[in-house]
Amino acid sequence: MKNSDSKKTKTEAKKKMAQAKPMTNNAAIPKPSSSNSKNALEIRNLNFYYGSFHALKNINFSIKEKEVTAFIGPSGCGKSTLLRTLNRMYDLYPGQKATGEINFYGENILNPKQDLNLLRSRIGMVFQKPTPFPMSIYENIAFGVRLYEKLSKAEMDERVEWALKKAAIWDETKNKLNQSGLSLSGGQQQRLCIARVIANQPSILLLDEPTSALDPISTGKIEELIYDLKKEYTIAIVTHNMQQAARTSEYTAYMYLGELVEFGQTNEIFIKPKRQETEDYITGRFG
Amino acid sequence: MSEAMKLKESLIAKRKRTNFVALILSMSAMTIGMVFLLWILSILFIKGFSAIDWSIFANSTPAPDSKGGGLANAIVGSLMMVGSCTFISAPLGVLAGIYLSEYGTRSKVASVTRFVTDIMLSAPSIVIGLFVYSLVVARAQHFSGWSGTIALSLIAIPVVVRTTENMLRLIPGTLREAAYALGASKWRVSLFIILRAAKSGVMTGILLAVARVSGETAPLLFTALNNQFFSTNMNAPLANLPVVIFQFAMSPYDNWVNLAWGGSLLITLTVLGLNIITRILFSDKKEG
Repeated sequence: MKNSDSKKTKTEAKKKMAQAKPMTNNAAIPKPSSSNSKNALEIRNLNFYYGSFHALKNINFSIKEKEVTAFIGPSGCGKSTLLRTLNRMYDLYPGQKATGEINFYGENILNPKQDLNLLRSRIGMVFQKPTPFPMSIYENIAFGVRLYEKLSKAEMDERVEWALKKAAIWDETKNKLNQSGLSLSGGQQQRLCIARVIANQPSILLLDEPTSALDPISTGKIEELIYDLKKEYTIAIVTHNMQQAARTSEYTAYMYLGELVEFGQTNEIFIKPKRQETEDYITGRFG
Repeated sequence: MSEAMKLKESLIAKRKRTNFVALILSMSAMTIGMVFLLWILSILFIKGFSAIDWSIFANSTPAPDSKGGGLANAIVGSLMMVGSCTFISAPLGVLAGIYLSEYGTRSKVASVTRFVTDIMLSAPSIVIGLFVYSLVVARAQHFSGWSGTIALSLIAIPVVVRTTENMLRLIPGTLREAAYALGASKWRVSLFIILRAAKSGVMTGILLAVARVSGETAPLLFTALNNQFFSTNMNAPLANLPVVIFQFAMSPYDNWVNLAWGGSLLITLTVLGLNIITRILFSDKKEG
């Protein structure tokens, strides 16, 4: 019973995804492709608590469909916490709770009845440190797919190849799919982790400082990847690197001490921010 | 005086003296330990190897003061009991370890289980033998291989539980989060990701438990007892190496004492082999 319900929600969400117009973005500097595109996530009066510590204070903003939204701010400002509420990762830990609303195409995911496993398969997440599973490259991808789909061997082969190609790591791995995922370099491992998430065909990708443990060349590859992926996925990225936020995102949220100080189009935030604090942080005069 | 030596010389001299004394103390402590270990091993190897030949694996325990004979019945009995003990304690212990590490981190049941397991770990094995004697042997009115297996399992399970839990706890939380982030359910994450990542550590725990029980004598005295004849019937008294060694070593008959040395060497070599295997498994993990 529960299973068929969740399947229904999943197909509905997929339908909604299909209805959205494909958008093209050829500009060198990322710009919102249209000002009236749909909201993938609407965050309303979100508050978050680690026990009694009030970590997010009354957050309100929306994440646009098929655009990149960057979260910036000093360490401890709550940007990673915010990202972790979006797929309810915090639910793994007792004592952490969120109030308010996060509407995922109109459906409040903070609802206690929300099926968390299904939600996480729809809103995928990539972490700061590459975390390949202790199994072959092929199995790393197939593990997530098998959770929600029954594919034949040929279909699975195809899906693995598709995901690895999407994550721009197919050429480096096609001859060693049976080798351990741990045998790859750090940058390759991180792209494997992205491929693993994409293979589930999620609606939204959450990237939590995906390049902070990587060298500049791997970072460049992942940024190119983000640029390609936003044609099909809504992306939210937490980054400490101001240039990365400017290069990759259409929208930027600046956070400080658990509050959303400023949210807007990236080119506006970086060229003429409305708030003095934002300008101070971006220009490095912060603190 | 050179620039590098400008520090207070008296201080340096004092440090050197302290260092020398500490080194002497630790070296002598190590020497005492090593001397006894090598003494035991050399006697065991000299007496043991002279007792071991092919007939020890081919024949059953002989009558006192007779020619020939071997330990075949005891070897097979030990293998059967330790083997079935492994089949019982490995799954039970690993599942309990998964529960403690992944499910019941903060629950009351888990902390009680942890406490009881710790007590069981240090419980004298003779107490466990008596327990199984009163529970199984006294009711069934006869000694049996199965009751021996139960006693050995009670000793092995806590070892497996604790090592499994500790090994699973070593797996970084980021790996758990990454698996949950794909939408995997808890049992899938625990069984297919976490247990797999800790595979070599968990195997080490199981092998150490096997090594521990393969030399246990006290619990078998009350349960499996012994059998002079070759038997594979687990419902009847079963011969086993530790009890045979115990009886033969204390006997006045030369051929029995010889066989006891042979049996001791066999057990030692088995435990040594298991330990070497766990070392190899564990070093694999570090490289991965």
